[in-house]
Amino acid sequence: MAHSGINVLFEGTNFTRLLGGLWTTVQIAAVAIIIGLILGIILGVLRTFHNPLLRLVLRLYLEFFRIVPTTVLLFLFYYILPRQMNIHLPGPQMATLVFALWMAAEMSDIVRGALISVPKHQRESGLAIGLSRYQLYRYILIPQAFTLELPATINLITRIIKTTSLLMLISVMDVINIGQQIIEANNQHYPTGVFWVYGLIFLLYFLIDYPLSWWANRLEQKRMENIND
Amino acid sequence: MRKIWIRTIAIISLIASLMLVLAGCGNSSSASSDNNSSVAAIKKRGTIRIAVFGDLPPYGWVNKDGQRVGYDVTLARKIAKDLGVKPKFVQVNANNRVDALNSDKVDIVLANFTVTPERKGIVDFAKPYMKVSVGVISPKDKAITSASQLQGKNLIVTKGTTAENYFTSKQPKVDLLKFDSKTQQFNALKNNRGVALADDNSYLYAWVKNNPTYTVGIKSIGPKQYVSPAVKKGNKSLLNWTNKEITKLNKQGFFTDDYNAQLKPYFGSEVKPSDIILPQK
Repeated sequence: MAHSGINVLFEGTNFTRLLGGLWTTVQIAAVAIIIGLILGIILGVLRTFHNPLLRLVLRLYLEFFRIVPTTVLLFLFYYILPRQMNIHLPGPQMATLVFALWMAAEMSDIVRGALISVPKHQRESGLAIGLSRYQLYRYILIPQAFTLELPATINLITRIIKTTSLLMLISVMDVINIGQQIIEANNQHYPTGVFWVYGLIFLLYFLIDYPLSWWANRLEQKRMENIND
Repeated sequence: MRKIWIRTIAIISLIASLMLVLAGCGNSSSASSDNNSSVAAIKKRGTIRIAVFGDLPPYGWVNKDGQRVGYDVTLARKIAKDLGVKPKFVQVNANNRVDALNSDKVDIVLANFTVTPERKGIVDFAKPYMKVSVGVISPKDKAITSASQLQGKNLIVTKGTTAENYFTSKQPKVDLLKFDSKTQQFNALKNNRGVALADDNSYLYAWVKNNPTYTVGIKSIGPKQYVSPAVKKGNKSLLNWTNKEITKLNKQGFFTDDYNAQLKPYFGSEVKPSDIILPQK
């Protein structure tokens, strides 16, 4: 087996280039997730308020990002908006922005759902002892909502990380894009290279996403133990 | 009941007004954009942004050391050198070449961009540096040798290519299976997702050389076409400069050298330089 496909990964700088692509992916996803989390929590809290206009605007924002496919969003933000409005951002920044807005939209719904499912007597007891709205959210609702929103949040985060594979569309050199370059460049010598390159990419994504699910499971179990004590 | 109606109407009117605002912005500002891609602007910036393919050997691809190489890329580097600026490569796919230009992401496209009447309406093409036509490959044991054999069957193409254009407009009875990248289209053919695959013939010759179980059953279908650098519509400054550059490079025999260095190792003896490059004066 002089030409085993696995060697394609170790030719020249192929392996480091793939890792470089992964780093781009991770950076974009991480920044987007952090911004999205913070913004999403704020928006989620705002959505439990009773101001109808605020609720309508936030609802429209959520529905827009939930309904429009990510591919279309990326295309819209990268190719169409700059032309119409003269906003110019490089690909990676634009991608971070799109993913952050998407994360914030979906996160706001998770947070809202969790906040309103905290038992009603908790809110009422809080108000009864004279807590202000800020104190009510800070000490009563948000801590209790945290457990409720954890599984859905982790699910959302893993989805965001996986969806970065669409970045190819807007010329960002992410791990998938570099994988394709390597496959095409080596097709001649390693016809089975496709399998190994995608196999490695699968492994890399798994290595990022699996610890997250594991960590979420652990957190949840700990919380359960605390509650049942 | 009435409340619900009022709310529905309110939501619909809000969405409608939002769309109007967006559309309005578009009309007012698009007319007033400066030319970021004129020769003067490029020289001032010190870099020229060039759209190239990253997965299309031997035209535009990345070698194992991570360097962009290929027939188009060699031309791109030459153009940058003659302008006295650094090249900055932006990797594109076949179907975002036009958008990359129109939304000012790149100054010039050197990504095997074939000149067609439809494309002429949306971008400006410079003088051609290569010629091609659409070819069709199929497995040797079930070779497709005429377009009539394709009727009612799946033909694999990449979105935004001349092959897709040709079959959509001239051969509507052929069912097209469209993919986003070259990598995907060839994998689809290998997995028998379609009976054949259509693309630029020069590229198919190269691919068949490495995949001897396939054959170029239809060597040329549709009209002969040319590959040119493309710039944003109305960018006269860069267009004129590029035209002069191509004329100059033709005189120097640059494209013969480029062919021998980049394409010959891929095409082998089946293809002659005169099949691909234009007459050098």
